[in-house]
Amino acid sequence: MFSRVYRAAITLPPLVWVALFLLVPYLLMFCYSFWSVSESGAIVHSWNLDNYRELLTKPVYWQTLLRSMWIAARVTFFSMLLGYPLAYFLSFYAGGRKDLYYQLVIIPLWVSYLVRAYAWKTILGTDGVLNTLLQYVHLTSHPLDFLLYSPFAVVLTLTHIYTPFTFLPIYASLEHIPRNLVEASHDLGATPAQTFWRVIFPLSIPGVLAGATFAFVLSLGDFLAPLLLGGPSGIMISNIVVSLFGAAYNWPLGAAISLCMLALVLALIFLSERLEKKWSFS
Amino acid sequence: MATMMEQGVSNKTEPAATSLLSIRNVAKHFGKNIVLRDISLEIAEGEFLTILGESGSGKTTLLRILAGFEQPTAGEVWMTGERLDTQPPYRRRVNTVFQHYALFPHMTVEQNVGYGLAIAKRPTAEIESRVAEALAKVKMSAYAKSKPSKISGGQQQRIALARALVNRPRLLLLDEPLSALDANLRRQMQVELKALQREVGITFIFVTHDQEEAMVMSDRIALLRSGELEQVASPREIYNRPATSYTAQFIGHTNLLHAEVRQGIATSGALQWPISLTDGPALFSLRPECIRLIPSSSVVSNSSPASNNAVRFRATIRDQAFHGATDLLRVETDAGLMLTIRTASHNLPNSSSNSDIEFEFSTGDAVAVRRSEDRR
Repeated sequence: MFSRVYRAAITLPPLVWVALFLLVPYLLMFCYSFWSVSESGAIVHSWNLDNYRELLTKPVYWQTLLRSMWIAARVTFFSMLLGYPLAYFLSFYAGGRKDLYYQLVIIPLWVSYLVRAYAWKTILGTDGVLNTLLQYVHLTSHPLDFLLYSPFAVVLTLTHIYTPFTFLPIYASLEHIPRNLVEASHDLGATPAQTFWRVIFPLSIPGVLAGATFAFVLSLGDFLAPLLLGGPSGIMISNIVVSLFGAAYNWPLGAAISLCMLALVLALIFLSERLEKKWSFS
Repeated sequence: MATMMEQGVSNKTEPAATSLLSIRNVAKHFGKNIVLRDISLEIAEGEFLTILGESGSGKTTLLRILAGFEQPTAGEVWMTGERLDTQPPYRRRVNTVFQHYALFPHMTVEQNVGYGLAIAKRPTAEIESRVAEALAKVKMSAYAKSKPSKISGGQQQRIALARALVNRPRLLLLDEPLSALDANLRRQMQVELKALQREVGITFIFVTHDQEEAMVMSDRIALLRSGELEQVASPREIYNRPATSYTAQFIGHTNLLHAEVRQGIATSGALQWPISLTDGPALFSLRPECIRLIPSSSVVSNSSPASNNAVRFRATIRDQAFHGATDLLRVETDAGLMLTIRTASHNLPNSSSNSDIEFEFSTGDAVAVRRSEDRR
């Protein structure tokens, strides 16, 4: 009897928490997405598909969504490009310094997202560190203006922020590869490069998929980096949602966009998990 | 095979003419920790050599040096006239069967076995036929399309063997390959492995801590102790003529007799026998099965020193353990010396007469051994 009470006592609080702050808001959002706003700004509780129709017919929404996906794809690509070699180096060649390097990768995660985003602002701005330097060494005669307030700035910042998120799962999957498999491959005549492509990389695919999902999903939904560094050309879908819930005061349309994104993200996570399972061997 | 066993005795001498592998004064240090010191060993073409030793004796390190996963701190390794230790593992015509098999989990059995051939860019048709042949040899053809996680440990063992042998290496290294198998399967695999080695004619270097396994399978045993070779000889030689007290105790059971030699007579307690050794203290190994129990009816005389090349003595049975075909007795001589005796179970006296029983051993069975000093 005691154990039943005990079990209820430890499982109930998180359940209540999840229900109250996750499930209920989602449910509300789901309802809102089928409602509308009257001229006077009141929510009209009549069920219809107008919001979804508007999303499909007005190019600004799906174009922004496509641009967001394109930015997220680039962020994913570049974080992989940085995160994988880093994880590979740490796992296989860092030797006794492994823990130190690992901490060095993790520490940026402790720094506030805002601080990091603002840091890029000071680096990339017209009078920023980078432009000043470029002019100082006479590589450019006037400030480059594509650096800040552009999709470039957003991709750069998000890549910086999300690279540790791709690094971690890749590192974990590399650490799980039994080292005698690498030795066996060498023993059977494979050079280090052949061993990497035939043994190490295939066995790290679950980590790559998990890392890519992290980077893509997190950057797809990001609104701070485009807000601070994106400028008009770097607007992402979340910025539209934010303004719909704020200044524009159209919660139903905002909810509809959010639900579409949620569906997209869930589909991605589902797909990635299926693939991870297919590529994991224990 | 016989000539090979005889070569084995001369491990410190010049390389034999048919030598495939030559390990010359190899040492390995890990920081201040000396794992191997001054190992020299010649291994003949087609030989089955076992490196036997306790855990921490350096046997796996020696094997890893041969495979190329470790660099010797000093010394050289040569194979058929070429320096081996300076080459990376992927250039050596040496293959390894790993202790935990190390099969690639993302490949099928077939892909695992064909890995070395695919790396060597052999034609597809050749890979297919050689893989099929190798799988047939280890009786695993039916599992060609399975993933390693779907087959048992013993089956994985066979695949690991096929994966190594399919490349036709000059030398096959086996790192305690049977240690993860249960006892029955293990004995079966010992026999199969030995038969397979005879069939393919490839030189095997087999690492194990199990002295029985070493005895059953090997042409020669290299006994490693704390990073040094204690003795290299055929199983029979090493069992019957152990060079040191450590060898005598590690290989099988033995009684170590501390004796004093004076004018051609060795004396250990009440036991005396003639021996051609210089005067001074000496150590003898006497195997438990070399001591015979004398049926009470045939007792004629008192225990007397060295009559008819046999030493007789009286003792009391203190402890007795039944081992099936034989019994292991712990006996105490009148002078208080404890001896272990192995005797056929049907030879035993009635339980009523446990004391004052007469035993004997042939003087030739007491083998003088060098005392093994502590090395750590």
